Amino acid sequence: MLNKNYSLFLLISAIIGISFWIGFNVNLLPQEASINAPIYDELFKILFIIGLILFIGMSLIIIYSLFKFRRTNGQTGDGIYLEGNLKLEIIWTVIPSIIVLIVGLYSYDIYDRMGGMKELNNHEMMHSDSEKIWAGISESSNELSGIENLNIEVSAMQFAFLFNYPKGEFISGELHVPVNEKISMKMESKDVIHAFWVPEFRIKQDIIPGQPTILNFTPTKVGKYPIICAELCGPYHGGMRASIIVEEPSDYENWFNQNKKTKV
Amino acid sequence: MTILINSKNEQKESLQPKGILRYFSFSLDHKVIGIQYLVCGFLFYLVGGSLASAIRIELASPMSDFMPRDVYNQVLTLHGTIMIFLWIVPVVNGAFGNYLIPFYVGARDMAFPRLNAVAFWLIPPSGLMLITSYFVDGAAQAGWTAYPPLSITTPQSGQIIWILSVLLLGGSSIFGGINFIATILKLRRPGLKLMQLPMYCWAMLGTSILVVLSTPVLAGTLILLSFDIVANTGFFNPVLGGNVVVYQHLFWFYSHPAVYIMVLPAFGLVSEILPIHCRKPLFGYTTMVFSIMGIVVLGLVVWAHHMFTSGTPPWMRLFFTIATAFIAVPTGIKFFNWVATMWGGKISINSAILFSCGFILNFVFGGITGVALAQVPFDIHVHDTYFVVAHFHYIVYGGSVFVIFSSIYHWFPKVTGRLLNETLGILHFAITFIGFNLCFAPQHWLGLNGMPRRVAEYDPQFQLINQVSSLGALLMAISTIPFLINILLSLKNGKKAGNNPWNALTPEWLTTSPPPVENWEGEAPLVKEPYGYGNPIISKQENTKKAI
Amino acid sequence: MTSLENTTEIKQSSEVTEHHDDFRMFGLITFLIADGMTFAGFFAAYLTYKAVNPLPEGAIYELELPIPTLNTILLLVSSATFHRAGKALINKDNRTSQKWLLFTAFLGITFLICQLFEYFNLPFSLTDNLFASTFYALTGFHGLHVTLGTLMILIISWQTRPKGGIVSHENMFPLEAVELYWHFVDGIWVVLFIILYLL
Repeated sequence: MLNKNYSLFLLISAIIGISFWIGFNVNLLPQEASINAPIYDELFKILFIIGLILFIGMSLIIIYSLFKFRRTNGQTGDGIYLEGNLKLEIIWTVIPSIIVLIVGLYSYDIYDRMGGMKELNNHEMMHSDSEKIWAGISESSNELSGIENLNIEVSAMQFAFLFNYPKGEFISGELHVPVNEKISMKMESKDVIHAFWVPEFRIKQDIIPGQPTILNFTPTKVGKYPIICAELCGPYHGGMRASIIVEEPSDYENWFNQNKKTKV
Repeated sequence: MTILINSKNEQKESLQPKGILRYFSFSLDHKVIGIQYLVCGFLFYLVGGSLASAIRIELASPMSDFMPRDVYNQVLTLHGTIMIFLWIVPVVNGAFGNYLIPFYVGARDMAFPRLNAVAFWLIPPSGLMLITSYFVDGAAQAGWTAYPPLSITTPQSGQIIWILSVLLLGGSSIFGGINFIATILKLRRPGLKLMQLPMYCWAMLGTSILVVLSTPVLAGTLILLSFDIVANTGFFNPVLGGNVVVYQHLFWFYSHPAVYIMVLPAFGLVSEILPIHCRKPLFGYTTMVFSIMGIVVLGLVVWAHHMFTSGTPPWMRLFFTIATAFIAVPTGIKFFNWVATMWGGKISINSAILFSCGFILNFVFGGITGVALAQVPFDIHVHDTYFVVAHFHYIVYGGSVFVIFSSIYHWFPKVTGRLLNETLGILHFAITFIGFNLCFAPQHWLGLNGMPRRVAEYDPQFQLINQVSSLGALLMAISTIPFLINILLSLKNGKKAGNNPWNALTPEWLTTSPPPVENWEGEAPLVKEPYGYGNPIISKQENTKKAI
Repeated sequence: MTSLENTTEIKQSSEVTEHHDDFRMFGLITFLIADGMTFAGFFAAYLTYKAVNPLPEGAIYELELPIPTLNTILLLVSSATFHRAGKALINKDNRTSQKWLLFTAFLGITFLICQLFEYFNLPFSLTDNLFASTFYALTGFHGLHVTLGTLMILIISWQTRPKGGIVSHENMFPLEAVELYWHFVDGIWVVLFIILYLL
């Protein structure tokens, strides 16, 4: 009897152990290149581990049952006449509810840390009261430190992205941003619904016609990353890409000065 | 006021076409209609599957080089539309529901047999119309979700035909839903209480409530969309003052319950199959009923989790996250109960059980990714990527389609009077299970790492994984061969099944195989314990028969 | 419970008839719930637009109240007249029932004529702006229901004729069914009137 309980305990610990190991050592995500990404990856790990424990556990029980309780040849007769077990059912109602609640609250925390709960209507980019801004995801900001955001206006159309730098009065086909600075993008579509997705930043926002959407982020790693359209927009949807180039502030300044409109 | 029902509702037995022609006629017999739904649905499954094969062939290389880009979009649109509206919804509801529900409630037929026939006959023309729209001016190409403005700016005729087809199919579904609710609530034989019904009845009752409440909203939405396309109104066209997000809310108000319409009946079918082949009662009948109702209620208030990146306000996203996550609780309960049903049983290892176990494994996997997707911050990265494609295929294929196959192996003997070949069945299962997982498991990684959905071209770094996935799809296609051979051979030469090859207790097994027109000779049996396996008094009679 | 109740009771009769409560009305009610949900979708869209999409500058969307108010009264009265028709049929008075039914149909037709009159006198057309479109969509969809209902009333009134009609004191279902449908259409109109015209 003790042996059986001990084996079960060992098995459960093994499942949990393996799940944790896989969760922390098997990397299924691209590199982290924004301030957002590690926060996201933390959530991913937790969800992955919980999922692994549940899936491995269920799979083992099913496979075990198929072997242990299989009907051997010639065996007639039924199994146990067991219609239910209230205690067991309460356990597997309450425990999943608690897990789901905890995961939900944890996700809320993650969402908040990623800036999702931020009030967007007082954004400095709103030009008039009547223009409605539809919420994108927005990071908790550096606003406290008084650093101004770098504002960029994004235009999406079939099948390209255009990036307007209002401060420099120019439009670029490539998105250049300085590393470790807060970027704020106001996006609108010229035709159908598109989306702005940078996997390395773990952020995405639909770009819709008729209502601007906002996306804020802070890149943390120098490099060139793909901007992918993630909403079916027509035959060339698969080819609708751009690049975001995250550079050192000095390199960014050079690029910006080369492109900006000089006053006549 | 009471009304009399004659055994075949005025349709004289002698005037019915005989043999196979019966299945091409406007029959009012629920058993005939059930088979019509099944075969028609399966044919559309083959069409949808061919479209899927075309997609996977295209995706075996990173360039768009197999078909023109707009044709690719038509293929993916039709693939989704056909699989949902012409295969899964009609089969798990219309095929099995119509065949089984009258047996389970102890009735001769459904409450409204003529409505039943009308509901079926809406399907073949709508499906044909949808498929042939390709030859008119191209089929719809905005995805099965038909988001405006894209659906307003693509070629009109394809989209309008698509809308018309979906409206008719939705109507068929609604008629079916009305029929099931009335039959289950009003046509039970005397002495049979609601809480004595087989679980599939509860699943169908819950599903039909969802059908009746949510499908009409889709109908209204598509009517407005069609106005935008042909009459230049601006409901969803921002240029004319409209709002694209409103379309999404209206569309998903139906389309989220739609996924439960595809899965709840499958849950019900598994609840019938497991106890019989495990020789154990269904574990936790009452909680299973409450879970179904919980899923129905929650299923109606979670639609905006399909819109987490659309531009909805933060408070709305949060509400839908929490509500969606909670659906995991009643669903999880069902899975635990099924596992408990198997535990301690006397399990026959056959095709029906294998497909049901495959269902459990696949659906748990898909359910886990579903709970992950329900969390807003998680979804933001993977929305509209192959992660979502993987998730829902685990649910609809790994879930519903596996159950459909399990059910076919389980009920084929009853419907035809012959057994299916088990060797071919197990082969079918093995190839399907391996092929399916090979195809869709890698797609999770693709989505996480940057491959969006609905694309014909992709970053070359993803080519190897895509090829693995396409290989899986090839296996899935091949798996239909042993299945079809099995069906055709067994129809002709299968071993005779007898009335009750599985020694089951539910009413359809207490009559001949195939059943007579009026379902039973004489009065309908009163089965108060459909899952009384192991109960010495109930099972005694059945146990002395030779087990298969 | 005993094993007897779980086994088949074989009766050697080939003509087995069963008695059930009339569930046809139940089926109709379920259908009307579905139909109501279509309207609910339209109403939800309208209310969302009202809250979130402002009418653009210079767009015209004005509604007068007299005609719709008249229409409301017409429909409400028609529900009462239909009810009268039902009562007459219970008293086996087919002639009177027919008269009330025809009067109801007449009110329905008047409603439709007034509606068309309103349409032709409105300052905006279907595609002028979002609210114009929604107005025509909603009232048009409702008008379609009224048209169908009026047709059914005419058919039922023909079938209520004393000699040879199938609707009678013994077979009241067709009349009750159309009556319920008509009350439903009436109810939808009241909601529509409040939401579109009064709000």
